Amino acid sequence: MTQDNAPLKTTPLFSAHQELSAKMGPFAGWDMPIQYVGILAEAQHTRRAVSCFDICHMGEFLVEGDATSSGLERCVAANLETLAAGSCRYASMLNEAGGVMDDLIVYRKSAASWMIVVNAARVERDREQFTHHLSPRARFQDVSDAWGKIDLQGPQSRDVLTNFAPKAAGLGYYTFIETRLLGAPAIVSRTGYTGELGFELYLPPAKISALWKRLLADPRVRPAGLGCRDVLRLEMGYSLYGQDMDETTTPLEAGLEKFIDLSKDFIGRPALLKQKKEGRRRHRVFFASRSRRSPRHGHKIFVDGKETGTVTSGTFSPHCGTGIGMGFAAAPLAAGQAIGIGEDAPLFEAIVCTPPFVKQTSLRA
Amino acid sequence: MAIPENLKYTKEHEWVRVEGQVGTMGITGHAQEALGDITFVELPKRGAAVTQFKAMATIESVKAASDIYAPVSGTVMEANAQLEAEPGLVNQSPYEKGWIARIAMSDPNEVKNLMDAASYAAYLKESH
Repeated sequence: MTQDNAPLKTTPLFSAHQELSAKMGPFAGWDMPIQYVGILAEAQHTRRAVSCFDICHMGEFLVEGDATSSGLERCVAANLETLAAGSCRYASMLNEAGGVMDDLIVYRKSAASWMIVVNAARVERDREQFTHHLSPRARFQDVSDAWGKIDLQGPQSRDVLTNFAPKAAGLGYYTFIETRLLGAPAIVSRTGYTGELGFELYLPPAKISALWKRLLADPRVRPAGLGCRDVLRLEMGYSLYGQDMDETTTPLEAGLEKFIDLSKDFIGRPALLKQKKEGRRRHRVFFASRSRRSPRHGHKIFVDGKETGTVTSGTFSPHCGTGIGMGFAAAPLAAGQAIGIGEDAPLFEAIVCTPPFVKQTSLRA
Repeated sequence: MAIPENLKYTKEHEWVRVEGQVGTMGITGHAQEALGDITFVELPKRGAAVTQFKAMATIESVKAASDIYAPVSGTVMEANAQLEAEPGLVNQSPYEKGWIARIAMSDPNEVKNLMDAASYAAYLKESH
């Protein structure tokens, strides 16, 4: 996904990561912190206490206009009409063939004003799609450079936030406020990608370092990298765009049917209706190893020794104490079924299960 | 992390402590640091024949799976069973509690093919 030869972009926290001796790595064209002290320790700290993550790489768009007449409703597969102002909704944007162009979160700022948060690797592609399909009367702006973002995630995140953003601390699940933090305009939403109680804090890039310092001044807060984020999202069964799904995957195949509204008109809907009628070629499956062995992206899935699918994501789960993963199978597999995982032949056994892998979290606390 | 003086090293970042005909081996501090959190070690079986610089075990970290190469040829006498439940010992104590296997060496002359601590330190510096 990274453009060859293009220098990696850095976030306003680059020097802060260096001071913390973070291991850095390329992600979606950005030089990002992969880990600080260690992926497993960071994952455990997030589920037990609270961590902050540099997520400045993600993209943000603004759309001004009525959901229907602006064309925005047609661009995303989730229903926006029923979204209340001050609330967020997870959605996907599809191509004509029903393939997922990106997964994103829509923030309804007011009746006819929206913020859309997209994956870093997809900013250009998404911008193209929106500008092509939105009505000329709608106002579209890519404000990715105007916002930085730090995610504060974990059961103690609310307690930490109460100290300097009491209003934001009171937010309900999947709602947000536009407020001021550290003397600057800010957006805080009660969202995240970890499965824990958590917040995403948007601030102008110039203020991001100050916010990072402010958060880490609280002894409960520790920095966590993208490696930890990947473990936590997989423990919840959340998909990662570009790895678990791409433009050739429909949301029906990706297990995202509950996030689409087939009763409204949107790009890709005819293809989805057709697929619903004719059946899917592949089915989302989740599984846990019977050992500490980790399934890996690209591993194959075997049933009775016969290849029947592929692993799209896998890792070791510190909270399950086993390897966990997700993938696609040619036919639906029932929870409890034993499968083999390996490169060319089954190497170790896993059991099909129902996500999330970690059942008890502070997500809705 | 300090590189112990009394061990010999491979270019693939394994170490071996030679005592008589027995070589105790594991992966270096540098290797565990580069791999990150170790989550699984596929231990070699007792009695298995291993060949110098050929794969003898697999190690998994949160990020990836890697082969471990035998620093000396011989027969596996014992593997560190403690790593089955606590693979993180390889991170915490790569040269002591995180040892992987003891090998009955078949050719003590092979030690000449390995680096001493100073050469390994220079090798690490070079490859950086």
